[in-house]
Amino acid sequence: MLSSLRTLWYTFLHLFQRNVTVQYPEQMPYLAPRYRGRIVLTRDPDGEERCVSCNLCAVACPADCISLQKTETEGRWHPEFFRINFSRCIFCGFCEEACPTYAIQLTPDFEMSEYIRQNLVYEKEHLLISGTGKYPEYNFYRVSGLAVPGKDKGEAEHERPPIDIRSLLP
Amino acid sequence: MTKFTVDGEEYSAKPDENLLQACLGAGVDLPYFCWHPALGSVGACRQCAVRQYANEEDKTGKLVMACMTPVAEGARFSVADPEAAALRASVIEWLMINHPHDCPVCEEGGECHLQDMTMMTGHTTRRYRFTKRTHRNQDLGPFIKHEMNRCIGCYRCTRFYRDYAGGRDLDVFAAHDHVYFGRHADGTLESEFSGNLAEVCPTGVFTDKTFSAHYVRKWDMRGAPSVCTHCGLGCNTTVNERAGKLRRVLNRYNGAVNGYFLCDRGRFGYGFVNAPARIRTPRARTADGALAAVSRADAIARFAALLGAGGRVVGIGSPRASLEANFALRALVGHENFYPGVSTREGALLQLIAGILGAGAVHVPSIRDVEQADAALLLGSDLPNAAPRAALALRQAVREAGFAPSAKVEIAPWHDAAVRTFAGDVRNPLFIATPAPTRLDDIALDTLRAAPADIARLGFAVAACIDGAAPAVAGLSADLAARASVIAQALLAAKRPLVVSGVEAGEESVIQAAANIAAALRARGKSGALLLNVPECNSLGLALMAQDRPGFEAAFAEPPALVIVLENDLFRRAESVALDAALAATRLVVLDHSESPATDRAALVLPAASFAECGGTLVSAEGRAQRFYPPIIEQGDVREAWRWLGEAGHAAGRGGCGWDTQDGIVAALASALPCFAAVARAAPLETLRIAGNRISSEPHRFSGRTAMHAAQNVREPKPPVSADSPFSATMEGYYGKMPPALLPFTWAPGWNSAQAINKFQAEIGGALKGGDPGVRLLEAGTTAALPYYTEIPAPFAPRPGMWRAVMLPRVFGDEEQSARAAPIRERMAPPALVLNEEDAASIGAAPGEMLACELGGGIQHLALEIQPGLPRGVAGVAGVAARAHALPGWIRITTAGTGAS
Repeated sequence: MLSSLRTLWYTFLHLFQRNVTVQYPEQMPYLAPRYRGRIVLTRDPDGEERCVSCNLCAVACPADCISLQKTETEGRWHPEFFRINFSRCIFCGFCEEACPTYAIQLTPDFEMSEYIRQNLVYEKEHLLISGTGKYPEYNFYRVSGLAVPGKDKGEAEHERPPIDIRSLLP
Repeated sequence: MTKFTVDGEEYSAKPDENLLQACLGAGVDLPYFCWHPALGSVGACRQCAVRQYANEEDKTGKLVMACMTPVAEGARFSVADPEAAALRASVIEWLMINHPHDCPVCEEGGECHLQDMTMMTGHTTRRYRFTKRTHRNQDLGPFIKHEMNRCIGCYRCTRFYRDYAGGRDLDVFAAHDHVYFGRHADGTLESEFSGNLAEVCPTGVFTDKTFSAHYVRKWDMRGAPSVCTHCGLGCNTTVNERAGKLRRVLNRYNGAVNGYFLCDRGRFGYGFVNAPARIRTPRARTADGALAAVSRADAIARFAALLGAGGRVVGIGSPRASLEANFALRALVGHENFYPGVSTREGALLQLIAGILGAGAVHVPSIRDVEQADAALLLGSDLPNAAPRAALALRQAVREAGFAPSAKVEIAPWHDAAVRTFAGDVRNPLFIATPAPTRLDDIALDTLRAAPADIARLGFAVAACIDGAAPAVAGLSADLAARASVIAQALLAAKRPLVVSGVEAGEESVIQAAANIAAALRARGKSGALLLNVPECNSLGLALMAQDRPGFEAAFAEPPALVIVLENDLFRRAESVALDAALAATRLVVLDHSESPATDRAALVLPAASFAECGGTLVSAEGRAQRFYPPIIEQGDVREAWRWLGEAGHAAGRGGCGWDTQDGIVAALASALPCFAAVARAAPLETLRIAGNRISSEPHRFSGRTAMHAAQNVREPKPPVSADSPFSATMEGYYGKMPPALLPFTWAPGWNSAQAINKFQAEIGGALKGGDPGVRLLEAGTTAALPYYTEIPAPFAPRPGMWRAVMLPRVFGDEEQSARAAPIRERMAPPALVLNEEDAASIGAAPGEMLACELGGGIQHLALEIQPGLPRGVAGVAGVAARAHALPGWIRITTAGTGAS
């Protein structure tokens, strides 16, 4: 008897608590930048594609839903195609963890529903954004040893100028 | 066997091994860089440090380098010792100091020995905060990409390229941490073994440029054990595929055949498989005379109708098609209508070779046997161009003379730098008798430049010197007699003498002379070996199958009603005018993988699978039958030639075409032709299951399964089932201890690079676990004897105004399939007519001038090249393999300006 009354009392008290229901989609919920939603490919601070098609996202993907092909322009690696099958993606974020260049990032956007499943297959032109995403500074080719347009050998961070192999100096 | 202890566990090793080799053989993981099983130890990288204890009481011990420490009976070591482990971690940290932050953009990433060893030592965080040294790269040609920043200075590349393969144009420059491995200037690497640098280099300094053009990671490719189809040696390869495209060819270790190395023709000649000129659908001649695509069923019906139309049906086989395909054609048309698809001249040489080797009276050496020869004679064969991998083995054979004197002062054979320093120029005798200089001349004891007839006379004279019963050569010049006597003495003094010749020698008499020498050695009780090289991957198999059949030109003596041509461009093998006329008078069905002049003239063209899309068996020059498997599982109309032939035969109501599986046709072949009875043992049956599973053909981390095909259809296709092999088409299945003929890729936990092969070897650098793949068809019996050939040619006499044209083989371009690959085409030199300087002066032509000569039913315009060594009256013809059927022969040469006559 007492227990029943107490339950009614608690229920009654809820009338005076703050409403937690969000009126989505009229009212958008706040999602942290680290939320794992739609995947994007970002660009480096110079505006070039960050993805070097190293295939690490693809191999990290537990759903095997990322496929890409490497190609090369003047020493710079980039993907010829980059495809994510979002109908298989589980938004685990492993691809982002694996990416050595901060190219692939998960965003707080989750509104990706489609009536036709084929439309869930995103190609590079659907994935590539214009900005740097969550990591504004990083530029992989400024750190790696490859020579690319605009950065010759020895011009990367923490590099000495190329050795003159015909020099006898120590 | 020597017993030794590592961390309290007892292992055994062969007594002449070093500790590193012994540890790897015993399954103990120990990091290393500079050591390579084929190159030996130099102790340069200090990576394989272990602690050695003097005896059971010794608790202190000392740090030693495992690769420089012989395994002594009862020796005690510790790999896990903390100080040794700390030293190894330090060494790799030092090596990594200058290593760039490149792994994501490095072709070696994911199969990198440096990555594996770094993980093995546990060095995971960089502490070095200062600047890295950098280097400029070089353009090393169409095969190899150079990225010097990644170098860790292990010296493996120069040790392989210079010491092992005899190359001259790759070296080390500068000093201390500036050392630079490259050429003196940008330029194409000259050695035909440059591709091995990509596998020898423990990191990504040298990588495969052709692979980089369509690069995917190692774990993303399906692999299949294959056999190289670009010469007659049958080197084992691993072929990788992704998304229906052939990505690369890698060496597949076979202890008896190619060991760790391939030549560049085999490694980079695969481009024809991906070429747009591939035939992918059946094509039939329409009423207006054009070829139009037809359906598979329609093609079979048309083929059956042609077969059923009556008249004589002739089948022309192919030395580049598998035994199965040739056998299917033979079964379809009958043995009396089956012709080997080689030129009349080459057919005669091949039948001679098949007869000599098939008699069972001489030992046919494997490439490993060639490496162990202690005296060799190269008779008429430019081996470095015709069969490069055998020439590489010959180079090792010459060098092994240094082992015996070194052993006297207790230097073990694996002690590479010490053996080379101590032995100096001690060499096993190698004699070379060829018309033109070869790339083995630098290590030959004596070289003779002569016309084929004189080379044959030398060979006959050597045989006569060895055994008095052999026919003597009348009228031998004093010079040749002296040389013959020296060669005979050297061969007789050797324990394992070797005679090498081959189809490239051009004349039957040269091969007969080589056979006489082998027979003479046998008569004197020596266990000599005779290697007779053949030009194509199944030349010997075809010759054994059609031993009593004449060349295909005989098929046209009376016009046949229908000619079926199997994977063959006949226009490379006969005079085109006569052939054109003969083919115009008959109906022609061609089965091939690429377009050729033969397919242009066919009434029906059927898309046959290349080596990358079907399985089959090839017989190498050693007489080793080896099975290859397809990495590409074909979904379209491209099918095995034997399937097309079998189905058409079945539809036409012909008996004896009832095979529908690979095993079925192999069993039919083995029962129909006794000489191929052993072929069924070349590889396990397709019903093989390990732990109830097929063998996975893709690595377990194969990625992108659900996205690769999503652009076409988001619903994933059902994985194809490979009906003709024990492989699964996916990553699902068994991977582990397996029959060595089936190894689809090499991987072991912690070993992602090609060096993982040590986990599959019964002995490091020796045979694979379960025995080396393939089955030898030609074993020498104890009683069989070879009669001496007695037809000794007359000495070569130049004819006024004429030249004896001989074929000078070239590595790149001579072989039909690889010559379709773009990187190989880049290495092909323009065709040339080669004369010595006096002959060139006599016709008043300057080097580079265009000369005309009639060859193979057409006028050839060739640039003059001067070759001082060439004998007078002999003209070398290089780079026109399609006209080789007319060689050797007498030609007239005119300067092109004065008009071709």
